[in-house]
Amino acid sequence: MMLRYGIAALALAAMTGAIAFHQPATAGTESPKIAASAHVYDTYCAQCHGVQRNGKGVNTIGLSVQPRDHSDTVGMSSLPREQMIKAITDGGASVNKSALMPAWSAVLSKEQIEDMADYLTYVCKCNQGK
Amino acid sequence: MRGLAVKGPLLLAASTAVAVMALAVRPASVGAQAPGSELTSQCASCHALTKPADATLDRLWSRKGPDLWYAGDKFNRDWLVAWLQKPTVIRPGGVLWFKHAKPGEPRDTIDSAAVEKHPAVDAATAGRLADQLLSLKSDGLVPEGAFKPEAANAAMGKLGFSKLRGCVACHQDAPGTGGVSGPELYDAGQRLRPDYVIAYTRNPQQFDPHIWMPTLTLSDPDLQRITGYVTSLGKESK
Repeated sequence: MMLRYGIAALALAAMTGAIAFHQPATAGTESPKIAASAHVYDTYCAQCHGVQRNGKGVNTIGLSVQPRDHSDTVGMSSLPREQMIKAITDGGASVNKSALMPAWSAVLSKEQIEDMADYLTYVCKCNQGK
Repeated sequence: MRGLAVKGPLLLAASTAVAVMALAVRPASVGAQAPGSELTSQCASCHALTKPADATLDRLWSRKGPDLWYAGDKFNRDWLVAWLQKPTVIRPGGVLWFKHAKPGEPRDTIDSAAVEKHPAVDAATAGRLADQLLSLKSDGLVPEGAFKPEAANAAMGKLGFSKLRGCVACHQDAPGTGGVSGPELYDAGQRLRPDYVIAYTRNPQQFDPHIWMPTLTLSDPDLQRITGYVTSLGKESK
């Protein structure tokens, strides 16, 4: 009886914990490409764009410009794929956005950047209900 | 479903345990060409003392401490000797910022309690370790004399660091001022060799192809100014 109660309490605590702590986007059942891009995002993008992809990364404390919120369906829907790829490859200044967004072409391959554009479309749920 | 819910905290507990284990100074065996045996026994369990053969993204994620295989190009001896006796947190986000970031409002924060603490050693050991660390060279990644002190302009460098080139987005140039995913630079003048700062900034991926510091398209005058500014930091306080 006590044991069962204990297990239930443990499960509750575990579930609370799971909600309280961010679950990386790699945890689900997405395709391998999406999972790989999520891992790349966690390594390079989340420092400014946030672990929840909402533009609220740890580094925004030192930024004069708010990074783009990738979870914003409306805002992201108006962004052409080619422009995402250009911004990631050559930096924000190349698309008349903030120079605080650096060029990632020295770190990520062309294929990784193209996959990231697909991942961003997935994150913002931009291709749904159209 | 319950199994899935339990998984998160379990993983968290496991990774905390790994982090705690990483703090313990343990001997570890590395390659036969490894540097000094004391350095190997004291440092190799967390730091790469030779250039990693498998510089993958997974290797980066499993890193317990910053790479030291180019320590001789990177550090000033006086700083090393003092720091090893009384270590401070250089990386406000921890060794790997992405392992300590947690969501929050108005922004994500670092779980500071989880940030690794470096063990301290006594003065004699610090001196010996510093000498051994200074013998670790990158073999050509840090050309001597690349930084030209006469070309430096600290005021222009500060402008580049803070505004024009955005270094401050990831690095603090004063305690509490700047981003947290990169190492603090407010004592960089004591800690780092200028030729290293300019070489690393020019191309961080030469040192680790997957490091999260991007390669900015900086002109040589830009690099000179920013290096001049960064290596002026913290000098007056010592």
